[in-house]
Amino acid sequence: MNSTIVIFPGTNRERDMVMAVERASGKKPNFVWYNDTSFPKTDLIIVPGGFSYGDYLRSGAMAARSPAMNSVLEYASKGVPILGVCNGFQILTEVGLLPGALIRNKNLKFICRNVSIKVEADDSIFTSRYSKGQILSIPVAHNDGNYFASEGLLQELHDRSQIAFKYTDQSGRVDASTNPNGSCENIAGILNAQKNVLGLMPHPENATDCNLGGTDGRPLFQSLVDAIT
Amino acid sequence: MTPTSGNPTIEDALEHGLSRDEFNSIQEILGRPPTYTELGIFSSMWSEHCSYKSSKKWLKTLPTSGEHVIQGPGENAGVISIGDGQAAVFKIESHNHPSFIEPYQGAATGVGGILRDVFTMGARPVANLNALRFGSPKNEKTKHLLSGVVAGIGGYGNCIGVPTVGGEVDFHSAYNGNNLVNAMTVGIAQSNKIFYSAAAGSGNPVIYVGAKTGRDGIHGATMSSAEFNEDAEEKRPTVQVGDPFTEKLLLEACLELMESDAIIAIQDMGAAGLTSSSVEMAGKGGLGMKLNLDHVPVREEGMSAYEIMLSESQERMLMILDPNTEDLAREIFNKWELDFAVIGTLNDTGHLEVLKNGISEANIPIDPMVDQSPEYDRPWSEIPKQEQIRSSDYRPKGSLQDVFEVLIGCPDLSSRRWIWEQYDHLVMNNTVARPGGDAAVVRVNDTNKAIAMSVDCTPRYCLADPKVGGAQAVAEAWRNITATGAQPLAITNNMNFGNPEKPEIMGQFVGCIKGMSEAALKLKFPVVSGNVSLYNETNGVAILPTPVIGGVGLLEDLGKSATIALKRHDEDIILIGSCSGWLGQSIYLREIHGLEMGAPPPLDLDEEKRNGDLVRNLIKEGTVSACHDISDGGLLIAIAEMALASIKDAMFLGVKITNPTNIPDHAFFFGEEQSRYILTSPDANSILEIAKRHNVTAKILGKTTKNQELTIDKIGNISLQRCFEINERWMPEYMKTA
Repeated sequence: MNSTIVIFPGTNRERDMVMAVERASGKKPNFVWYNDTSFPKTDLIIVPGGFSYGDYLRSGAMAARSPAMNSVLEYASKGVPILGVCNGFQILTEVGLLPGALIRNKNLKFICRNVSIKVEADDSIFTSRYSKGQILSIPVAHNDGNYFASEGLLQELHDRSQIAFKYTDQSGRVDASTNPNGSCENIAGILNAQKNVLGLMPHPENATDCNLGGTDGRPLFQSLVDAIT
Repeated sequence: MTPTSGNPTIEDALEHGLSRDEFNSIQEILGRPPTYTELGIFSSMWSEHCSYKSSKKWLKTLPTSGEHVIQGPGENAGVISIGDGQAAVFKIESHNHPSFIEPYQGAATGVGGILRDVFTMGARPVANLNALRFGSPKNEKTKHLLSGVVAGIGGYGNCIGVPTVGGEVDFHSAYNGNNLVNAMTVGIAQSNKIFYSAAAGSGNPVIYVGAKTGRDGIHGATMSSAEFNEDAEEKRPTVQVGDPFTEKLLLEACLELMESDAIIAIQDMGAAGLTSSSVEMAGKGGLGMKLNLDHVPVREEGMSAYEIMLSESQERMLMILDPNTEDLAREIFNKWELDFAVIGTLNDTGHLEVLKNGISEANIPIDPMVDQSPEYDRPWSEIPKQEQIRSSDYRPKGSLQDVFEVLIGCPDLSSRRWIWEQYDHLVMNNTVARPGGDAAVVRVNDTNKAIAMSVDCTPRYCLADPKVGGAQAVAEAWRNITATGAQPLAITNNMNFGNPEKPEIMGQFVGCIKGMSEAALKLKFPVVSGNVSLYNETNGVAILPTPVIGGVGLLEDLGKSATIALKRHDEDIILIGSCSGWLGQSIYLREIHGLEMGAPPPLDLDEEKRNGDLVRNLIKEGTVSACHDISDGGLLIAIAEMALASIKDAMFLGVKITNPTNIPDHAFFFGEEQSRYILTSPDANSILEIAKRHNVTAKILGKTTKNQELTIDKIGNISLQRCFEINERWMPEYMKTA
């Protein structure tokens, strides 16, 4: 599996992502710089977490307008899998690959801790190794993870089974008490309508090593390896 | 506005924080009256902050060498070997004064500054820690300061992508007018690729990289070297503004350039900005430097030489490059969209010459400025010893169960989750032990080894007996690192004190240094870097003496380590170390009896070493399932923390324990005797036997249970759930109205 990680000034979780991808696929991803437009041969593009451009304008807004993202749009339209995590998810919504928006956490504070998320869609290339309803323990680390979508959009997401993960607790309850950041319907991750683009706020790449407190993120990368190779 | 022409008077010098004698020395060194720019340069270089004039004499007495030490104090950070050709580079630094005036930016730039000190030396920063002290929770400003400082630390560290993995926070009314923000960074480098600050090569270019220079932070070093009065707020313009995004770019650009051999010397522009970096680089290299300020990238028009030399704008570096590599370096900094400017050249005049618009604004012989910088032997008075109190005189009024609940929920012992959940403690994917344990443990990338880190100080012990307190801070850092199974290697120290011109404050300083020296020698835990922050006083009221120790240790095999969480039921709970029921200066005495009195618990460094070495070996051999040191609050608090930590692993384990001594229960469970650990093990007998052989006191206290409660003989049962709720309650409730 050839994978590519897009780096912007301020990206900071690219090394974490390399560890997770390499562990699953046995192959190191290539890095491309934000103003590169020609990518090496790639089966998967990842937009990792961080604070691209310092998040000084609006999370992901500047990165979405970079030359590399034009190439990502082209790859996406050809059906190449695109994964955006945290700042990557924010960038994918800003560039229009995923609907909705990510706004400031409801408590206005940065949140870093393990959360429970429930698998809502197990029929995508990203989630095939999970089963629907499975509860995972994955860390979040964000300031702007509050997913917002209009009523109409939420209905569409349901109708097209685009909701991938929801915040919950160990018992599976999905409500305000298990919502860390105020996201609409506890949404933690969504797919595009074609199901080749996934964006999520939790960091599966930080849950792939038993020495570091859990491996619930590993199947996501293994699912991609299954689908691609 | 400082005039740009004419010569400053003695009044100007006094206003710059210089003394009459110091002003006279400047005129002697120059052989003429100084210009304003020269006065500014001298006042910064001779400020307490930059010159260590009150502390130097005593800092020199600290042990600074050892088999692991690659670089001791005197560089941007200390360097120790961690084997396999790798080195840990670390330092702690205070940003106390700015954080009180402007908590968010003060704390943020504190983190930014210490990160630069570490990556300047060629290390990639892998962990941040911090030691914070705030005023009484009842003080109206405390919430505002806590909220701003935590947000500032998080704002900077989270953005740059270095995990904030540990720290400590205390509250005491002595910090009402001066909170403390001490930030520590640890980085990893290749031992043969460490970068230093001594300039070399007359004729080589002096390069400025990073952010532009603005009018912010002018005179920060001087401000930090004076007491506060009611006008502290008016000093806001002396606080710098941080830009973690630019620092991230600077970090990546510097590390990229460091892969080549282009850099001859490098120094970050910290306190006193371009002034101290240029003087230190040229001075250490025995060279002169000519700077043309017209080439310095500036944020605004019309900045004077004085302002450019003294600005403390953040995220800037000064480098001496091999002239053949200038193009390569320029390309890298262009890629990261950072300024890159040749602003001068090295020469062999031994002078710092500063030109602006073709006019010489300063021309100072560097050696005399550095060599003749003031060094004071400040008078100091021995701090009188406090009497040892009798624990039987201080029985609780209510039940011991009530006492326990008060302590586990009090501001100093309650959970710090509210704080560390605002810090990204996971980025870089190597965090093994997250905040909330004894020491933070971070894996060394691509290896099976890890570094363990802890910051510690017990200021109330230091106030009561500076020597014991200074030694205890070192011992506690050593103990916390030991409790993970790691070998403690070296420390960095942050000496936070009041006004050194008062003999009793100087007495605290001297006592703490003596205690630290003794402990560091005995425990083979040398000081490799550090920082001094004096004049932490407001309207004549000083902080508690707070010599914070940042310790670093090495865990050679991640598989042979311990955490504080109970692991299984039906295991033995073992106390290592001797008991006396010492209540002097305990949290118990303060929270239950409202008294801060008595001699602090004594420290026997031989016993400390014996106990710690035994515990570390037991962990290495795999006979220990959980380990926690006993510190603030005493034995029962430590055991409760171990049970609470099991909740995170969804284990919900309890304990059933008794007091096996004839010490009264309140003193046994809440006394703060030193050098002690709680262990759990399926095989207590073999541990007792080994302990006996090593002359270590060990006792069985009871067993772990699956009852989800703390069952304490003759005291009662406390459910783990209730314990958790009380421990977690205080800080979020307190901060709700921030």
